Amino acid sequence: MSLEQFMNEAISPWMRVEGPENDIVLSTRIRLARNFEKVTFPIIANEDELRSVIEFMKENYEGKSYANYQNLAFIEMEDLSHIEKRVLVEKHLISPFLTKARASGVLVSENEQLSIMVNEEDHIRIQLYFPGFQMKQALDHAFELDDWLEEKIDFAFDERWGYLTSCPTNVGTGMRASVMIHLPALVLTKRINQMIPAINQFGFVVRGIYGEGTEALGNLFQVSNQITLGKSEEDIVEDLESVIINLVEQEREARHYLLHTSGKKLEDQIFRSYGILKYGRIIESQEASARISDVRLGVDLGMIKDVSHNVLNELMVLTQPGFLQHYAKKVLTTSERDVLRATLIRERLNI
Amino acid sequence: MLCTECQKRTATLHYTQIINGEKTEVHVCEVCAQKKGYSFPGDEPYTLHDLLTGLFNVTSPGLDVKEDNFFNQFNELTCDHCQLSFSEFQRIGKFGCTNCYDTFKAKLPAIFRKVHSGNTKHDGKIPKRKGGNLHIKKEIERYREYLQQLIKEENFEEAAVIRDRIKDLEKLQGGNES
Ligand SMILES: [Zn+2]
Ligand SMILES: [Zn+2]
Repeated sequence: MSLEQFMNEAISPWMRVEGPENDIVLSTRIRLARNFEKVTFPIIANEDELRSVIEFMKENYEGKSYANYQNLAFIEMEDLSHIEKRVLVEKHLISPFLTKARASGVLVSENEQLSIMVNEEDHIRIQLYFPGFQMKQALDHAFELDDWLEEKIDFAFDERWGYLTSCPTNVGTGMRASVMIHLPALVLTKRINQMIPAINQFGFVVRGIYGEGTEALGNLFQVSNQITLGKSEEDIVEDLESVIINLVEQEREARHYLLHTSGKKLEDQIFRSYGILKYGRIIESQEASARISDVRLGVDLGMIKDVSHNVLNELMVLTQPGFLQHYAKKVLTTSERDVLRATLIRERLNI
Repeated sequence: MLCTECQKRTATLHYTQIINGEKTEVHVCEVCAQKKGYSFPGDEPYTLHDLLTGLFNVTSPGLDVKEDNFFNQFNELTCDHCQLSFSEFQRIGKFGCTNCYDTFKAKLPAIFRKVHSGNTKHDGKIPKRKGGNLHIKKEIERYREYLQQLIKEENFEEAAVIRDRIKDLEKLQGGNES
């Protein structure tokens, strides 16, 4: 496989579009959990019941299109190798849980913006991504897709409790709205530590993004709603929106502050990281994430002009273990991965 | 921010947990999150496992024997569709099917209240087909509230318009049902 071809696979078509506020907000996601009314939920269901859900989804939605979401492909988990599954997880098209679930699969649109997981914890999980910060658009489209599915499926729904899900944490709207956000200046100034409890109090969960290890990676955070019952989807999205607007403002302010108080130091850190990515020969995933975060900040601040956000998004995905092994077409040891990672980053930045 | 469990690693999962009406901030690292059962398959903020077991197994000071008996009986209650018992539900923290909601309904408001900051009633999207008249019912409810407000404000002109609209909706509702 050529490097170019490989890059094309790493980054989903929808990610190539520059979204609003994309210097800080990477992407917006809406996930809706739904179940067939008459079928036992996946954790308890027997093989036949699970198959019947798979067959129904295949028959009714494989190859179909709705609005921008064209030509849904159906992928069954049991047909995939370990590495292929990992690649789908790293592209966020499926959850790690789906790869372990029995008789499970996923419908994916051509632009990879929409994926519908089948037989995850619930029968159906609609996942929709938008580049940058686009909460309302994402919710509108998710609702339309939900209506489209409902034309043929009797969803488990109760007047009092809303959409019925396997886990009590999802009941009601079945919705998890989340935003992936890059907050290097709030981390550097440690201001993030005061902000997180306030966001939690407001009903939102903040979590660092992981790679191979257990440390937060690359100053990336995911913010999502904690509750799904008793609050409308619109209200949840509006509240999340105001949380994010506040975070974006604070991050911008912290960036200004850093520039004014320790500009040279910041510039030095950014260019050192750029140098390591451009010339390093061995790089661990944790270090790669930290360096990519620095370079992203450098691009946002106008210090680095010859790298685009897209390139950095690509690097974030393709330097992960699944992708590296997919590229190498074989299982790699950790140290082999660290060498290949450095090589790919170097080649990509020197194109 | 350091993990509050091990005080060693950086905390990467942050949320507010409410147990028995008391809010606690949770800031844990991935390792401790998994150990403590805060961890989640896929993208869930946390699993209910600990929360649920904590919720049911901790005997509150005011719990008397009578309630205890009720509690034991409840544990044996089993969903006749998927055969999940209430004690199994507590252990795994998941429902087995739609019918479980009906079988365990007496216990659900208490559980949902803890998980969803005091909320027990859905206030969001309604499926178009399946929801049937529910859309109309909700709209009537909204209009009735508005009507009360208008009457309070002595805006009788507008109130008359709204009252007619409610009547129309009620007719529509009756028509759909027959
Ligand atoms: Zn810890
Ligand atoms: Zn059941």
